[in-house]
Amino acid sequence: MSANLYHDGVDILHGQRRLWSFHGGIHPPQHKHESTNLPVIRAKLPERLILPLHQHIGEPAEPIVQVGDKVLKGQMIGRAQEFLSAPVHASTSGTVVDIGDYAVPHPSGLNATCIVIEPDGEDRGLEHPRVGDYLQLAPSALRNLIRDAGIVGLGGAGFPSYIKLNPGKLDGIDTLILNGIECEPYITCDDMLMREYPREIIAGLRVMQHALQARVCVIAIEDNKPEAFRALHDAALHEAGIDVILCPTVYPQGGEKQLIRVITGKEVPANGLAIHIGIVCHNVATALAVHRAVQDGQPLVSRYVTVTGGGVSQPRNLDVAFGTPVRDLIIQCGGDPAAVKRLVMGGPMMGYALHSDAVPVIKTTNCIIAATEADIVPPRPVMPCIRCGACADACPVMLLPQQLYWYAHTNDLDKVQEYNLFDCIECGCCSYVCPSNIPLVQYYRYAKGAIWIKEREHEQADIARQRHEFRLDRLAREKAEREARRRLKKASLAKNQDNTPHTEEAVDND
Amino acid sequence: MLAAVLSLGVMSVVFGLLLGFAAVRFKVEGDPLVDKIDAILPQTQCGQCGYPGCRPYATAIASGAADINQCPPGGEAGILALADLLGRDPKPLNPENGQVKEKMVAAIDEPRCIGCTLCIQACPVDAILGAAKQMHTVIEQECTGCDLCVAPCPVDCISMVPIAQTIDSWRWPAPEKARIAGSYR
Ligand code: SF4
Ligand code: SF4
Ligand code: SF4
Repeated sequence: MSANLYHDGVDILHGQRRLWSFHGGIHPPQHKHESTNLPVIRAKLPERLILPLHQHIGEPAEPIVQVGDKVLKGQMIGRAQEFLSAPVHASTSGTVVDIGDYAVPHPSGLNATCIVIEPDGEDRGLEHPRVGDYLQLAPSALRNLIRDAGIVGLGGAGFPSYIKLNPGKLDGIDTLILNGIECEPYITCDDMLMREYPREIIAGLRVMQHALQARVCVIAIEDNKPEAFRALHDAALHEAGIDVILCPTVYPQGGEKQLIRVITGKEVPANGLAIHIGIVCHNVATALAVHRAVQDGQPLVSRYVTVTGGGVSQPRNLDVAFGTPVRDLIIQCGGDPAAVKRLVMGGPMMGYALHSDAVPVIKTTNCIIAATEADIVPPRPVMPCIRCGACADACPVMLLPQQLYWYAHTNDLDKVQEYNLFDCIECGCCSYVCPSNIPLVQYYRYAKGAIWIKEREHEQADIARQRHEFRLDRLAREKAEREARRRLKKASLAKNQDNTPHTEEAVDND
Repeated sequence: MLAAVLSLGVMSVVFGLLLGFAAVRFKVEGDPLVDKIDAILPQTQCGQCGYPGCRPYATAIASGAADINQCPPGGEAGILALADLLGRDPKPLNPENGQVKEKMVAAIDEPRCIGCTLCIQACPVDAILGAAKQMHTVIEQECTGCDLCVAPCPVDCISMVPIAQTIDSWRWPAPEKARIAGSYR
């Protein structure tokens, strides 16, 4: 199967299931084989685990332990605060030694609140109740269990999974897609997971299917992962209603809207959600986490992380307890942290550079690229846009990147929205193909942020205007009341004088 | 005595009603141009423009009494927006009105506060909470950073501090200007 089948613009048939193509996309060098040669092993527990309370989309968790507390592996240490939130669990047994601000994985390099645990080395787990037969559970009870296990989308977004396991008003959804595409270069953690746990992934998929009452299940895997495909294909052979599909490799096929288009031919409406057209996507690693939560009562405390790049001599995947500093992983993979030129969390397309190697692995960490000088393309000079249109050809959302760039660059925030800035998935295809080396996607990220800031300033100004007006009204009212009292007093004074002209002392004493 | 209290009470109610009625009856219809200008102004209510607040300045711009480059908190973006709205040429901020500064918020060094309420009286948006002889606190969310509470404080316990950046408020900066110099246009 040729890699650029979609690029001939033809929709292809694979097995019995038809696949649709999506617009654009690119074929960057894969760099995946480097990290799939060695078996996955557990990462060593660090001296201290740093567990951020905010490892997901939504409100941060709220700490429910105190410094000095002894905790067990799997014990909840941070509670979900709101509807859109996820709890955090201790990833090994030990003592809480601090709750405070530490550097966390974020492009800003800023600190955030973390719970620090000193492992006791025993890795003792909390006994969790097991569900037994989940089919006996009401879907809502099942969702609560998944929420309490701290499960969030492990493909990188970190959206609390229990919300995406709710069919809402529907009796059930049409198609549940398990995303095993892993289209970004360098990243292989889902590949290894699919090779090793195909049956467990399918078991997790069944749980999700039950919660969503999905009619059909599809597992989609890119054809650069034949071992993973074979493993899942074999595991699903005797399973009814599960299609395991091999898709031609093209970036960014793993994007939710792109994958939905490929599998179902349907377009998710702009500003709409997949569930509105009866489709839900989950990552394969999320399915495994769901299985473990339901089957073994095990909350989410670790994940597979790819550690790769020229900065490590043994690139591989590690099973990492959350909270383990990135630096420890580099050392364990034969790297010298001091020699690493740039540290990236995530892939080269959508990941971001870390400011420090002390930041911990969190739920959404799928890959660490320890890049040396040799891995980094030297910065090329940025040149004027020549209106070649290559960016528009590559954009999977069919935007007009050169127009977006023009308006983002000149700070025309209204216009840039008219060109659907907020549909941009920040995949970076446009930047990748731009012959003028314009950092297009950086401009879009900037513009999105600038719009957010402007809107917030507007809201604050509206509040300030209102408060100021209320204050002016109040002052005017007080003044008028004072005035009225004065006039009244004057009047009664005059009256008193009229009636009793000879008792001036009495008036004075009033 | 009782009669005086009662009649005072009744009178204040009557006057209150009268005032309320007058406010509705004689309400000046808002000038739409002033509203539009006011919507652009940052509502810091600091008075640096030379007017006692944003709306009076907006009124002065609308009547032609004031120029469009007198509001430092609005900065260049504000002047551009005003120029755009009024179809005039943008011009640099008038230095007589001050300079563009990073937005700050007031912070009261609480142990030193003597509870004099002077800052409360100065605050244009009632963002300071306190009562006579009690410790005062700035409601950071409501503070516009206008600076007006700093001078009246007799014990100098109010300072303007930069707003701390957090992960929630952080947004991607624009790509480095140096790298894009001459890239377009
Ligand atoms: S690819 Fe680059 S040079 Fe070509 S049109 Fe797009 S922005 Fe301009
Ligand atoms: S980054 Fe945005 S504009 Fe560029 S190709 Fe991807 S979706 Fe299109
Ligand atoms: S200078 Fe201050 S008071 Fe005048 S318009 Fe600007 S923010 Fe409002």
